[in-house]
Amino acid sequence: MSDSPAILEARDVSRSFGPVEVLHGVEIALRAGEVHALIGENGAGKSTVMKILSGYLEPTTGELLLDGKPVRFSSSEEAEDKGVILIHQEFNLAEQLTVEENIFLGRELKRGIFLDKKRMQTEASRLLSALETRVSPNARVSDISVSDKQMVEIAKALSRNARVLIMDEPTAVLTNREAEVLFRQIERLKASGTAILYTSHKLDEVARIADRVTVFRDGARVAAVKAGEMNEDQMAQAMVGRELSNLFPAKSPMADRKTVLAVRDFDVENIVADASFDLRRGEILGFAGLVGAGRTELMEGLIGVRAARGAVEIDGKKVAISNVKDARRLGLVYLTEDRKGRGLVLTQGMRENLTLLALDRFGRYALDAKAEDAALTKAISEFDVRAPTRDVRVGNLSGGNQQKLLLAKTMLAEPDIVIIDEPTRGIDIGTKQQIYEFIHKLAASGKSVIVISSEMAEIIGLSHRVVVMRSGRITGILQGDDINEDQIVRYAMGLEGRAAA
Amino acid sequence: MTSETATIAPARKGFRIDFHVWGPVIALLALIALGAFLNPNFLSYGNVTNVLARSAFIGIIAVGMTFVITSGGLDLSVGSMAAFIAGVMIMVMNALVPSMGVGWGVIFVGMAAALVVGVAAGLVNGLLITQARIEAFIVTLGTMGIFRSLITWLADGGTLSLDFAVREVYRPVYYGGILGVAWPIIVFALVAIIGEVIMRKTPFGRHCAAIGSNEQVARYSAVHVERVRLAAYVLLGVLVGIATIMYVPRLGSASSSTGVLWELEAIAAVIIGGTVLKGGFGRVWGTVVGVLILSLIGNILNLANLVSPYLNGAIQGVIIILAVVLQRQKKTER
Repeated sequence: MSDSPAILEARDVSRSFGPVEVLHGVEIALRAGEVHALIGENGAGKSTVMKILSGYLEPTTGELLLDGKPVRFSSSEEAEDKGVILIHQEFNLAEQLTVEENIFLGRELKRGIFLDKKRMQTEASRLLSALETRVSPNARVSDISVSDKQMVEIAKALSRNARVLIMDEPTAVLTNREAEVLFRQIERLKASGTAILYTSHKLDEVARIADRVTVFRDGARVAAVKAGEMNEDQMAQAMVGRELSNLFPAKSPMADRKTVLAVRDFDVENIVADASFDLRRGEILGFAGLVGAGRTELMEGLIGVRAARGAVEIDGKKVAISNVKDARRLGLVYLTEDRKGRGLVLTQGMRENLTLLALDRFGRYALDAKAEDAALTKAISEFDVRAPTRDVRVGNLSGGNQQKLLLAKTMLAEPDIVIIDEPTRGIDIGTKQQIYEFIHKLAASGKSVIVISSEMAEIIGLSHRVVVMRSGRITGILQGDDINEDQIVRYAMGLEGRAAA
Repeated sequence: MTSETATIAPARKGFRIDFHVWGPVIALLALIALGAFLNPNFLSYGNVTNVLARSAFIGIIAVGMTFVITSGGLDLSVGSMAAFIAGVMIMVMNALVPSMGVGWGVIFVGMAAALVVGVAAGLVNGLLITQARIEAFIVTLGTMGIFRSLITWLADGGTLSLDFAVREVYRPVYYGGILGVAWPIIVFALVAIIGEVIMRKTPFGRHCAAIGSNEQVARYSAVHVERVRLAAYVLLGVLVGIATIMYVPRLGSASSSTGVLWELEAIAAVIIGGTVLKGGFGRVWGTVVGVLILSLIGNILNLANLVSPYLNGAIQGVIIILAVVLQRQKKTER
């Protein structure tokens, strides 16, 4: 790979918010036909630099060069006009408009004073088929899948003649198969000379698709290498700044073999059928499977937020759970994968969020504000929540700290059985380690834990036993030496699959 | 997960005035100062009592509206509901006079009827919204029309008048008081204080705010979303009943023009007071301030010959829009 001249370059760029400098003189150069991966822990300054490159923020000092000439973007629109486009992690699409309307939003093609619907339709179709996407230009965005939305975002960027495409964790919301499609499109864009900046927490992905890797830590660039000069372990080490020898704590033996939760022939809506499994005291039970296998739905059925049929026993007693409160009373809690949509009230403070699930512990008729404050103080130190002030809105916390707060909220309900759905999604590696340690301790203290995860390493590293699901059914329950990637994938893909009892 | 004990300081409590919180209060104080400056009678006992007693109806309703709006709902039917309740109450009392005679007995039955109809009306709204899952705006737009048309029908297009003898007995509930404080003011104050406590200090208040902020989060946090929503509408229905109980002795009649536009005044007071229209944050004391601001504007225009009282609505409109603009500015700062 020759060092072609950079299309967009940041030179010695710093950025301060108020008196706090969050980005310290960083450099990054995006070249045509190159995929440049930017990695770092949450809060390392990745988003800030992406926003600066795409005109959402201005650098406090330092300069941007576009085609070698200094440039100032006064707004993201100006950056877009010059071909620099940021695709947000949470998409910027108008849900009620069609695909075609979204692609041309703000830059509609016109004939006279009227919209040139025909030309926009053809153009949209052309862009979408170039992206191997079968979604119709007339489909309403609210009706299409997440991966299709991603493709619509890319089509939108292409219609604006993107020369530089900045993608903020594009695969965080995609299944493996959808990610494959995305990678093919990235290859295609690369071949056509687009410069791509790409962030991800998934280092295997980075190792696979990036031509160049830049590592940020605490707002500074700590490494910039060509692909192949760093393996995944070295990347992780550079991000964290210390050796991550044991990401997963050693599995402790199960306290005893007593079954605390028995689920038999459990059906959830039309999604999950005939699910049966046991959970033992002190056990970490992993749930593996492809996204969409019905794992989340099964658990949501268990805690009563989805309609379900089947027999559930807790500590040997038959129970009926029709809402979250029933589940809580029986010592069963569920920690959602959807932190922002279902887990935390982003517009409220940490105290209100912390105590919402176990609010009855703070007074039945009148709330005890002092006790709530004390609970927050305890949660902050116990879970190592790092917040600028105690009354910060939860939406302003980083993903890792939100997850810790959500854990604290759930644990405040003093559960015996904890279901954790995607415990580390979108979280940096240092915090991940803390969360693994926490789950481990929880089980060691005699609680029982169910972990749903799409990260194979997490499932294998944590679980005593692993339940594998495929298309709404449990296809296998693995233990001991059978817990390995190969076996899990075979059951998850349906290569091997008895209807496990 | 314990590493070094993180110490997180509470936010600095400086001397900076938070206009989002104190804006309505400052506006109210400014209005009082302006009123006192324009007319020496403004602060007289008679005028103050008059303004407060007249605000009581809207005020009591607006306290209930604060809970509904905080939980992400809306109720457009309260004005018509008040008229309907007043009509039913008058008919019940008139019907009972021959058998029960004139006295407090009849009036207490009438009051009970008002509360029962209030609960029923709140249940209708609440159940349609939570069980039939129809949007609050649509449901209450519908019931607004229904209640209004029912009172017109009951009054046969005219006016329902309370029996004159009963009216004489009932009169003190509006015009009387203890220690010189009129009953409507006392009831309004009690409702406001209890409402403020419920909003800030009880699980119900917290649940309303959580539902208004994010219904899903509330549901996943063991909050009975439908039950809380329903309770908010029923609470509002009860408060409309109480407001009507205080209103009927004032004029002793009900007609199709009773309570017209009360719903908008109540909603406006809630918004001026700093409650977020989309839900998620409510402030009962703010609502009280909002009610007082709206009624003081009318009062000042009547007392001073500065601007025609006919422009009352225009000035109120400007205040409402200003209040929301101020809210929004604060939001973008955060």
